Amino acid sequence: MLNAERAPVTGRKVQLMATCLCDAFYDDVAAATVEVLEHLGVEVVFPEGQTCCGQPAFNGGDWAASRKVVRHTVRTFAGEEPVVIPSASCAAMMFHGAVLEFEREPDAAEVGALGRRTWELADFIVNGLGVKSWPGRYEARVALHRSCHSRGTETVPAAQALLGSIAGLSLVEFGEAEQCCGFGGTFAVTFPHLSAKMGELKLEHVRAVAPDEYVSPDMSCLMHLGGLAQAEGKPIRTRHLAQVLRDALKGGPRG
Amino acid sequence: MSQPIDQFAARLPADKRASVYQSTKTTHEKRTRLLFDQFGDPDRLRHLAGEIKQHAIENLDTYLPQVEQRLRASGAQVHWASTGQAACEAVLRIMRDRGATRMVKAKTMVSEEIELARFLEGHGLEAVETDLGEFIVQIDDDHPSHIVRPIIHKNRREIATSFEREGLGAYNDDPATITRRARHHLRHKYLAADVGLTGANFVSAESGRIVLVTNEGNSRFCLAATRCHIVLVGIEKIVPRDRDLAVLLNLLGRSGTAQDLTVYTEFIGGPRRAGQPDGPEEMHVIFVDNGRTEVLASDCREILRCIRCGACLNVCPIYRQASGHAYRSVYPGPVGAVLSPLLMGERFPQKADLPKASSLCGACHEVCPVNIPIPDLLLRLRARAKEENVPSPGSPPMGPWALLAAQPAVWKAALAGGRIINHLPVKLIPVPALQAWAAKRTLPEWRGGEFRKWMKARKRPSA
Repeated sequence: MLNAERAPVTGRKVQLMATCLCDAFYDDVAAATVEVLEHLGVEVVFPEGQTCCGQPAFNGGDWAASRKVVRHTVRTFAGEEPVVIPSASCAAMMFHGAVLEFEREPDAAEVGALGRRTWELADFIVNGLGVKSWPGRYEARVALHRSCHSRGTETVPAAQALLGSIAGLSLVEFGEAEQCCGFGGTFAVTFPHLSAKMGELKLEHVRAVAPDEYVSPDMSCLMHLGGLAQAEGKPIRTRHLAQVLRDALKGGPRG
Repeated sequence: MSQPIDQFAARLPADKRASVYQSTKTTHEKRTRLLFDQFGDPDRLRHLAGEIKQHAIENLDTYLPQVEQRLRASGAQVHWASTGQAACEAVLRIMRDRGATRMVKAKTMVSEEIELARFLEGHGLEAVETDLGEFIVQIDDDHPSHIVRPIIHKNRREIATSFEREGLGAYNDDPATITRRARHHLRHKYLAADVGLTGANFVSAESGRIVLVTNEGNSRFCLAATRCHIVLVGIEKIVPRDRDLAVLLNLLGRSGTAQDLTVYTEFIGGPRRAGQPDGPEEMHVIFVDNGRTEVLASDCREILRCIRCGACLNVCPIYRQASGHAYRSVYPGPVGAVLSPLLMGERFPQKADLPKASSLCGACHEVCPVNIPIPDLLLRLRARAKEENVPSPGSPPMGPWALLAAQPAVWKAALAGGRIINHLPVKLIPVPALQAWAAKRTLPEWRGGEFRKWMKARKRPSA
């Protein structure tokens, strides 16, 4: 379905692509990602020159602008180590989207090579490192958001396996889980009515099962849903998967 | 300003949205249960079906001459129509040659595409839709809003009102009564008709068999009483072998209407032969190109695999909220957002907004029985729209962003500078995208660069 073929992981060193959203808004998610990886004995390198994966322009159809950014990203993440991203969407951009927009470019091979060593965090932990369960304790009923850009990848099963193995944590199912929340990047601002309608429907389903936390492998969906819920005056507690994994090591929900 | 489809959705009456949403959701969920209960690996089946159809469209130069030969051998006449106009004229010619004035029609999307019924009516000929949904669309002078369920946007009260207006009995919105009245009315049309027109879901290159699936049996009636059968079919409907139908028919009913098989599956091997008791004595097959060859030459050719099941419409969150008419096209929903602009040819810009009406969630790809990578095709068409400089209302310009994101020093400065949004009311920030965001959502606190500081400050465990 996606160009998600990955090279096997050797060694215990990774490059972190923190994502532009964590760079601008969600520093604790990026920090949690570092702590989770270090807990697994992985050395985390943060290439300072990183900016964005290039997806906004790619989705907007401005592939020339997007390729500029992807080329920058390819240079910034030079090397052989796996690149780990706390986002299914940015990860899919690297191993699928970028490959698509470079099909006819002379440097397609380099872009493809970066894609083959790029991983979403949960997928990396479970399928890259072979870690099947998570220690610690986390007393909470958690609903897991299925980020759309994880379709066709191993992210959701990996996140379910990790969350489901944490002592005290129970996963709750909710209706129409396969439906998009309506974020969709620039879709959220070019289709404001549809985006909000889709978000409200998602919130309705989530609220119906009253989880303690709504957990996602992507902050973008949570920025949209959390922002909608707050503007409605009925906030929901949203957490990134990395935050739950880290906090489980520290005994439970916090923040 | 938002996009046309968003504006349409915002204006859509709540009861229309509710009926579209309920119906699509129910069918989608039933479809999923059926496929996963009955097949060990439905995804493998989708991939196989996709490979069959991809092979077929990539080898049309072999299969089309082959199917023509088979059809002629079985006694059918074959016509090639490069445009919709040419297809309409071919139908007209066939009818005039026979002195025919009345046609009964089964449901066919390609006849909608080429606006055949209107064309024939313009030439003083009658063309009656016999599929119940299409019949209602016709008496209302409306357009189908779904490729399988043309009247998904209508409720029974509207239909009862239309029937009353058309003299089909006093107001009665009981579905069984509506159906009985339509049936009674159409029986007379079948008996009086000179020509029956159907589409084809598949045409086998191996045998020349025309395969038709319906639920109402109306396509059989179209052939039962008429002397002349006209098949109108897109050139992409070819399958190489009869046995390929085992895969495709298993997926079509389940994907489209959540049925193991449709109620009727017809295999038509030609006109009536000597010694056969009934069936039309004359059969014409009109293969319609109407832009398909151009699609085949493009980087979106996978869309020609489509078997018109409607599963992508049913699962699509945009279609569910906006309804089919939002797409201003015969083919709505995700498949339509790809196919409709492509079929416009040089007038592509008129429908270049359709591929943008997607959050790229990928649900359409996940359900597609022939595994069409619809999101990739939507993206390619967005890139084409950008290359052709088609204006896109409300889309934020990406040039400035790319400048930022390709230069780390400028990026870092922007991370620090972005803090201003924590202190200014959003209304004072003249960025339309930000305004659109903030109309219904709060903005998170800007914490640009905080992670970089944290990362620098902490001691690396290995150090």
